[in-house]
Amino acid sequence: MTDDYEHYEAVVVGAGPGGAAAAATLADRGVETLVLERGVEAGSKNVSGGLIYAEESAPYTIDGLFSGFRQGATERPVSEYYIHNVAGDRVKTFDLGDVHHHDTEWCDAVLRRRMDSWLAERVHERTRETGGGLLSGVRVDGLLRDEGEIVGVTCEELDPITADVVIAADGVNSELARDAGLMDWAEPDEWFQGVKAVVDMDPDLVDDRFDVPPDDGVAHLFSGDLFDGVRGGGFLYTNEASLSIGTVFHLDSLADERAEPHELLDSLLTHPLLDQWFQGEYHEREYAAKLVPDSKKAAHPSPHQGRLLLVGDAAGQMQAQGPIIKGMNHAVSAGGLAAEAFAEAQSRGNPASAGALYERKLEDEGVMATLRPTRYRLTRAVSEHDLVTRAAEGVLDSAVGRAGVRAFDGLLERGFNSPFLLGMIPDTRTSYVTIPRVVAEELGEPVEATNDVEPPALDDRIGDLTYDVGEPHIELQDNSWAASGTAVTACPVSAREFGGGCYREETIRTNGGTERVVSLDTQPCVECGTCAIVADTEWDHPAGGKGVEFEEG
Amino acid sequence: MTIDTLVLTKGVPDFREGQVSFDEDGHLERGKTPTVMNPNDKHALRAALQTKVRNGGSVSLMSMGPPSYAEILEEGMADVYADELYLLSDREMGAADTWATAMTIATGIQHLEAPPDLIFAGFKTADGETGHTGPQAEWCLGIHDDLPDYPLITHVVAIDIDEAEGVVRTKRLVEGDVAEIETVEADLPAFVVADPEFEPTYRRADHRLRHKDFREQTRARAAEFGEYLAEDSEEDPTDWEDFNMWDHDYLNLDPDFIGLDGSPTIVAGVDPIPKAPSEREATVVGPDDEDGMAEIYEEMAAYAGGD
Repeated sequence: MTDDYEHYEAVVVGAGPGGAAAAATLADRGVETLVLERGVEAGSKNVSGGLIYAEESAPYTIDGLFSGFRQGATERPVSEYYIHNVAGDRVKTFDLGDVHHHDTEWCDAVLRRRMDSWLAERVHERTRETGGGLLSGVRVDGLLRDEGEIVGVTCEELDPITADVVIAADGVNSELARDAGLMDWAEPDEWFQGVKAVVDMDPDLVDDRFDVPPDDGVAHLFSGDLFDGVRGGGFLYTNEASLSIGTVFHLDSLADERAEPHELLDSLLTHPLLDQWFQGEYHEREYAAKLVPDSKKAAHPSPHQGRLLLVGDAAGQMQAQGPIIKGMNHAVSAGGLAAEAFAEAQSRGNPASAGALYERKLEDEGVMATLRPTRYRLTRAVSEHDLVTRAAEGVLDSAVGRAGVRAFDGLLERGFNSPFLLGMIPDTRTSYVTIPRVVAEELGEPVEATNDVEPPALDDRIGDLTYDVGEPHIELQDNSWAASGTAVTACPVSAREFGGGCYREETIRTNGGTERVVSLDTQPCVECGTCAIVADTEWDHPAGGKGVEFEEG
Repeated sequence: MTIDTLVLTKGVPDFREGQVSFDEDGHLERGKTPTVMNPNDKHALRAALQTKVRNGGSVSLMSMGPPSYAEILEEGMADVYADELYLLSDREMGAADTWATAMTIATGIQHLEAPPDLIFAGFKTADGETGHTGPQAEWCLGIHDDLPDYPLITHVVAIDIDEAEGVVRTKRLVEGDVAEIETVEADLPAFVVADPEFEPTYRRADHRLRHKDFREQTRARAAEFGEYLAEDSEEDPTDWEDFNMWDHDYLNLDPDFIGLDGSPTIVAGVDPIPKAPSEREATVVGPDDEDGMAEIYEEMAAYAGGD
């Protein structure tokens, strides 16, 4: 019965950097390739902190695949990289230039709407020549199977399509990865949640206030006690005429602390340290959020099944190790390798071997070793153990620990700059909060400034986003407070005492008592996927072209 | 096999708020009101576009009106990715009623290089509101012995062409006490009047990709034609290869049977339509007015069940 369906040699789902790299590589090898993107335009569903790297050791780089990429699609290069350890108003800044430049050919800040739509135009041109092309506004909602085998995809807007290979580059909330049972959304500790504000700033003011030449830029990271003990940190990147400022937290920590993501972002935005850059002016263009897989735990070691190959966030390929946050470059490598694997398998007359070949290429090219460092796995059992954490916290905060921090000032900066050490940073409070706080308390200088900018309230942030509302795409399976209450705080567009968000707390009268429940309205949803993990939901994406539309991303 | 289609369209005053202008007596001020493509014709364009995308072939646009209607055709071309544009334009054709218009249009169709496989018209114009011109043009086609028979299907909301069988299958909306959808099949060629409820469907990726190709090609062509239409252009629009302007001589039409002279309709006078008196009464209830709120609640409760 699948004989009547439309057929393409390759179907690539998602037109982000991973999908674009895969499609371009397939097209260059003459494979007939169809790319399906669910946003109205590529980039309209995408959010990232905003740095894309080209690594010297990588098998593929985005500008290698798309000439003119840096001129056409990026904001500013990031030449300097700092981390600010914060304790109250005391700050100690380390220069992380060494770790930033390690294995780095170049690194640019990007805004995803601009970047991905630029890529999509070129992907369409190149794939069109193979008889395929790129379509936006089409949501792939599942895998097409014939007698249990994956043979293609099903779409909301199109009839089913068969393919010899399906490359799922459909992002962190990949419906195809879930359909295949390769990824689940069970464990909050495998995820980060990122929240970002894009803030307007005139190009001249960016040059001036960040002390960078025109067409150059800088990255600042923030950690310490600004975030109520929630494990994570903040970032600020300079764009051409704006700033990307955001926070990234471990989702389990965010959930456990019942923290409000938008408030944590505001803690960063209103810290005195940022006054030097804002100088009292603050105009927010866009508020956005996304989940980030923690590749140390979530990167699938064998990201394929039958004809399905996963790349990028869909496969958990997002490297977040301390101050290193790299995702898009790995998606590009994986996309290129997946495409290469299929083209080779096909030319050997055995397209079914593409998955195994892809897995081997990820190993051979060192991609998997970077995403899931053995060092982390080996040390994790000890370093993340509760007793060890408590002991370390105690020592650090003791007179001896503080003396150590003071004595090893230079060594600490070197330690932060070591890719080797960063690969085994334990995911505990100690790394994210205590060390930076003690460093700032012992070595930092107080910031003498007042930052009186007022970031917009949550309802204004939601109101500024563009939506084309379709049918509700998330269903609450269990609305009890115990099962889904965490979503009220952890959802970046919901908050306690706020009636305009996705998740709201409600008290209903029952026989002889009251019951605390959760209600859901998907209208303001930014499709980050947080509630799929912290609440009991049936979570799908909205139909093609529907839902939130990011202008910046 | 491919399907060549023709879409009939008309320029009408832009009746949208802010565009339209009436004098004190309620008469339309034609000079102060811009002309746009008849909004209902967009549905005919979408039906033709679906045919072009799904079945291949060409789309032509035809209109009757003053030379300035070239802009209406340009607008339509950008919408439907049309290949050829035809404007029947001549002072002798002016002030025609639906009958004289239908006669002229049918003769225009007769003069096409080959009879189209499908002719599309929109459902009534925003100025005349008669809904006659399309069906009358279909009738007038029968006058010309050299044209094939065109069965007429009106109120079409969906269309599917079976090229192997040489038939068009349509769904048409029949509005009575209950709206019904009727399935009607006709041999090609056929004349189809698209209903405002017409929805094109593109369920195959290759259709959508072809749609995208057409969009890009047409953007370039529309820009090219636009240069001919620009006020400061030294070229005449008719110099553009795909724009054809035909007068009554070319069509071999007797002036007595077209335009005002060929129109049996006599307009005795025009009365402005009086504004309908408002039947609703508004009551303002403040947010703190508990009694008022309670009354509203009582009032609305009856409708809450969906009755």
